[in-house]
Amino acid sequence: MTSPYTQARRWLLPTLAGAALGAAGTLHAQTPPEVLVVGQIAEPKALDPAQVTAVNDFRIMMNLYDGLVRYTDGSLEVEPALASDWTISDDGTVYTFTLRDDVSFHDGSAFDAEAVVFNFERMLDEAHPYHDTGPFPLAFFFDAIEEVEATGEHEVTFTLEEPYAPFLSNLAYPTGLIVSPAAVEEHGEEIGRHPSGTGPFRFEEWESNRRVVVTRNPDYWDGAPELEAVVFRPITDANTRVSEMLAGGIDLMVEVPPDNVAMFAEDPMFEVHEQAGPHLWFLILNMREGPFTDPRMRQAINYAIDKQALVEDVLQGTAEVAAGPIPPAFEWAYNAELEPYPHAPERARELIAEAGHEGAELTFYVTDGGSGMLDPIPMGAAIQADLAEVGLDVSIETYEWNTFLDRVNPGLEGKADMAQMAWMTNDPDTLPFLALRTDAMPDQGGFNSGYYSNAEVDELLEQARRSTDQAERAELYRRMQVIVHEEAPWAFVANWKQNAVTTADVEGFRLQPSFFLLLHDVAKR
Amino acid sequence: MTRYALRRLLMTIPVLLGLSVIVFLIMSLIPGDPAQAILGSYATPENLERLRADLGLDLPLPQQYLVWLGNILQGDLGRSFTLNRPVLDEVLERFGATLILAGTSLVLCVLVGVAAGIVSAVRQYGWSDRLITLLVLIGISVPAFWLGMLMIMTFAVGLRWFPASGMTAAYGGGGWLDILHHLVLPAIALAVVAAGVIARLTRSNMLEVLRQDYIRTARAKGLDEGRVVLRHAFKVALVNLIPVIGVQAGFVIGGAVYIETVFQWPGIGRMLVNAISTRDILLVQGGVLVVAASYVFFNLCADLLQHWLDPRIKA
Repeated sequence: MTSPYTQARRWLLPTLAGAALGAAGTLHAQTPPEVLVVGQIAEPKALDPAQVTAVNDFRIMMNLYDGLVRYTDGSLEVEPALASDWTISDDGTVYTFTLRDDVSFHDGSAFDAEAVVFNFERMLDEAHPYHDTGPFPLAFFFDAIEEVEATGEHEVTFTLEEPYAPFLSNLAYPTGLIVSPAAVEEHGEEIGRHPSGTGPFRFEEWESNRRVVVTRNPDYWDGAPELEAVVFRPITDANTRVSEMLAGGIDLMVEVPPDNVAMFAEDPMFEVHEQAGPHLWFLILNMREGPFTDPRMRQAINYAIDKQALVEDVLQGTAEVAAGPIPPAFEWAYNAELEPYPHAPERARELIAEAGHEGAELTFYVTDGGSGMLDPIPMGAAIQADLAEVGLDVSIETYEWNTFLDRVNPGLEGKADMAQMAWMTNDPDTLPFLALRTDAMPDQGGFNSGYYSNAEVDELLEQARRSTDQAERAELYRRMQVIVHEEAPWAFVANWKQNAVTTADVEGFRLQPSFFLLLHDVAKR
Repeated sequence: MTRYALRRLLMTIPVLLGLSVIVFLIMSLIPGDPAQAILGSYATPENLERLRADLGLDLPLPQQYLVWLGNILQGDLGRSFTLNRPVLDEVLERFGATLILAGTSLVLCVLVGVAAGIVSAVRQYGWSDRLITLLVLIGISVPAFWLGMLMIMTFAVGLRWFPASGMTAAYGGGGWLDILHHLVLPAIALAVVAAGVIARLTRSNMLEVLRQDYIRTARAKGLDEGRVVLRHAFKVALVNLIPVIGVQAGFVIGGAVYIETVFQWPGIGRMLVNAISTRDILLVQGGVLVVAASYVFFNLCADLLQHWLDPRIKA
């Protein structure tokens, strides 16, 4: 007869044996050669460029699709892609693109002018038979388009309602990527899970919450990629992403937590990549009421915050100190003469005294996370401490991200004196145009939640948007930056440096200022 | 018993309906909506309005609910706003993964918990009892997510015996052996607390039963000790353990939320957390309904099993 121990052994042993078998049965750790495994921050929402808004989804799609134009390697300037050439009419309203004639979609259908027209009409024309395959949340990027027309088999003409300089840059953005019309017709509203483009990799499979697999497109017009396949794995938890990198389960991880960057940098098995991007982290100051109606108080805040300590200690070097409203990643439009406000608590105290607001009580909106917000709670606390240093009494109110946007976007009046905010954009026009103009007040549908208004800034931004000459635009933006820096409607804090870690086996990888992940030239040894 | 089971199943309908109303109300009370979550920085009032109309969020709330209810009666759980995918597809896929994890964990914690409890009771105050009691105390006190992280650092990063996360190999893979290999760490991490609870209750139930007269009689008859413990004592103790195991089943599914996050298991817990933060109300509804229904189902199974083991218990 069996004793309880024998009985227990009977249960336990097979369980343990099963576990051991599992361990031995599958050879683990190293990812397969020629296949790059990427640790993503989340499950993609869809792989239809017209439908998505998240950088996380862009990272996959930029490898599946091409646009008419693209950003050159390492910059935010536009170069030809599916369009080999283009002309712009003198008044800046007619863009004529000559398309490549040697390209076909992954599903075998031909890429031509009709395909381009299909893509834009699908997004913009409510009467289009496939408009119901949306919604298309970023379609407003192309609101300026009055008409898009196939003026030849390989020539397409866009007519704009008015001159709109960011148009080319928007075409290089994922919303402008070209999808196979045949695939849209075949899959309808499921197109987001059956992507077909012209890019260096072809879509292979998508297993929900496990992986998206793409494979080499041997016929790619710009040369076949070296990798045989890329696997994108969603690993939402940053700690798990780090563990998986250390365990050898992934070859490349993006958005490394600041705490782990140094560890990877010291290990010869890994390589850390960093790239500042078109990102700005700032504080919106309420200029309609309270202490920040006085420009001296706004400058005082900029002097009082120890931005260097923030980027070094809180963000552990994953960001750089910001100088003004346009991030340096927009090299051509950035005003390099602009110096960040230095950390000068003495100067801040003087300005506060001059303004007569010693010991002012301020309400500060802080969020717990959100797109581009970096580490908002510790950053909020550090800023609170810096302001206490100069005698300001800051009380923090923390809100969950969506709640936070719901409070901040309608304007700070009656609620708070200052609020955290961050933006990532693809054109120097976007952020100031949507958040600093008089016509962009919240009640007019803009994001000017701190109510900044300066007629000269308004004029400069309007002009820059209408000009099709990049040098002229750059000059206008530089003048705008000087004014905004001086008047300080915001406290300019940080420009995020995007980071990634690869194993030492990965070659040819480079982060892009656009924050896109381009794997065309990557190889694994 | 069949009538009882049917009645219990019918009673779940008003429970689930009530639950769906509550979820709908709560989701509408918290600020922000899917349009806001989708557009993020670009959520101008104009864009929001456009997207809300596209998503059907501009309808009055009662109407949204009735549309949802009407669809669900036809077996249509709607389309997720954020994933742009039928809710049913997503929920079933995710729930399948959770069942694999929670099911394995449940089997594991019952086997280990019961075995430890029996040994502990039979050897009361012996060294094995003390050791088991200590381990149980540790098991119950350790936060599952922390244990999970510790296990990842030890067995995935350090020893490289098991993968650190996921359910299948990144490339290729997908067979049952592959899944089993990925299952070991999260299933154990998830089982530990429940195993501790079951071990404690098994021990106390067994101790109570072992003191009964009929056990003494059985021993006096010269029956083998193993037979006395397992056939006579454990079978009786089991009757009281079944409902506990039923409750633990619900607990394990609930606890899966943390473990799924730590191990990136593609289950329904993680899906719900995401769906709530993106205000994807239809996805939340679908997920909550499935989880609640399974909870009710497990408890029903436990009741029926208990009734079957001891017909004196009124069904």
